Amino acid sequence: MNPADLRYSKEHEWLRMESDDVGVVGITEFAADSLGDVVFVELPEVGTELAQFEKMGEIESVKAVSDLFTPISGEVIERNEDLVDGPEKVNDSPFHFGWMLRVRISDTSEVDNLLSAEEYDALISAEEA
Amino acid sequence: MTEELRRTPLYDTHVELGGRMVPFSGWEMPIQYDSILLETRLVRFGVGLFDVSHMGRVEVNGPGAGPLLSSVLSISAMALREGSARYNVICDEQGGIIDDGIVYRKGEERFLVIPNAGNRAAVYDWIVKWNIGPEPAEIVDVSDDFAMIACQGPAAEFILEPLTSVDLSQVRPFRYADAKLDGVDTMFARTGYTGEDGFELILPSGSAERIWSLLMDQGAIAAGLGARDVLRMEAGLLLHGSDMSTEVNPYEAALERFVRPNRRRYIAGEALRRIRDEGVNKRMVGFNMVERGIPRHGYAILAESGQIGEVTSGGYSPTLDRSIGMGYVQTDYSTEGSRFKIDIRGRSVEAEVTSLPFYTRRRRSDS
Repeated sequence: MNPADLRYSKEHEWLRMESDDVGVVGITEFAADSLGDVVFVELPEVGTELAQFEKMGEIESVKAVSDLFTPISGEVIERNEDLVDGPEKVNDSPFHFGWMLRVRISDTSEVDNLLSAEEYDALISAEEA
Repeated sequence: MTEELRRTPLYDTHVELGGRMVPFSGWEMPIQYDSILLETRLVRFGVGLFDVSHMGRVEVNGPGAGPLLSSVLSISAMALREGSARYNVICDEQGGIIDDGIVYRKGEERFLVIPNAGNRAAVYDWIVKWNIGPEPAEIVDVSDDFAMIACQGPAAEFILEPLTSVDLSQVRPFRYADAKLDGVDTMFARTGYTGEDGFELILPSGSAERIWSLLMDQGAIAAGLGARDVLRMEAGLLLHGSDMSTEVNPYEAALERFVRPNRRRYIAGEALRRIRDEGVNKRMVGFNMVERGIPRHGYAILAESGQIGEVTSGGYSPTLDRSIGMGYVQTDYSTEGSRFKIDIRGRSVEAEVTSLPFYTRRRRSDS
């Protein structure tokens, strides 16, 4: 189930607001399940400026490589270094231990461009059908 | 092109087990049931079942069968002992690899050839084309009459043993036995594509579902094409269509130990002798990633001078916990310890040539 307190992109990333202008970013359980076993995650360096819906990194499963897209604009202030040696956390705990970036959001109004949990549920049930 | 995908006799079983079905060489096959990494580990430590019914089964029979096969295979079929199997490649007149696979000698004048799924027609046509000897062989594609289940892993013998009267411990690698498997006529071939001990079971299509669930009841887990690909890469086994094609010859593919080019009436013999004597410009190698990154099919291999090769297979090896790859490089970069870079989507990542296979199973006598 997709947590109600998160916002979602159509590319299957999520955003959790931690304060007024800091958010945490990851990929959804649906995305992690579709990818299969994640074996490598490449994330931008701390200090990188991200633009909403642009590529922020790459994720590799056993099967394939996929691009990661940031759901929000801002500066990377931390990345989940645990994913370097434990990329499987993305599968095991996509919404928590599998988080990817902590971002200082440059324009919080962009949050409105994201989906609610309910809207995202509808999106993935359409994709599954 | 929307060609209808074919289904094996185990299709419904895969769907019931939650297999994620994908197109593969014209077939609808399970890539995974749960997790590719989990399925890979369970084959290394326990026993897994793979539906390999999509591969072909071509019988070549009659007094002309041995000479015919000897003229198309890279080994002498006539020198093969009854009850034995050999890995070999099938080359065209230029030495290009049409397919690779295992040939079994079923009797004095009876052989069984197992082409890869995508090459069933090509191999059948090729054998038929050369069936021009004084005593033409009888060539029958029996693929649809039989299912093939690869039962692979250190526990394979253990779970099969109670279901058959034959003493499987006496069936050594690259040998087979015909016996009943819970009452079903089955060929137990001690062969596989995983680098692990195990059997490939050939049995009538109609019994495949029952035998599959029986083996799962004994403790085998279902494993998909994803795990099969990881396992064969770890074992340094090439995949036709990915690591080889008619564009490469067995000397480039580093398969010369499976080639007997000096035989008379061997169709590819003349080309292969010339290639052997002249030497090759590129060689298949295995490499370990020295830096972080996962090599994949199609990535360029680079040196100071520019591109020196191309990755044909690669991925993360759960058994070794590192990234591994295989590919063709210029011959001067093919020796063990040679270093080069893999172009991983614009990033140059260091790799080092290692001897194949990456993984070798522990033999019983070691433990």
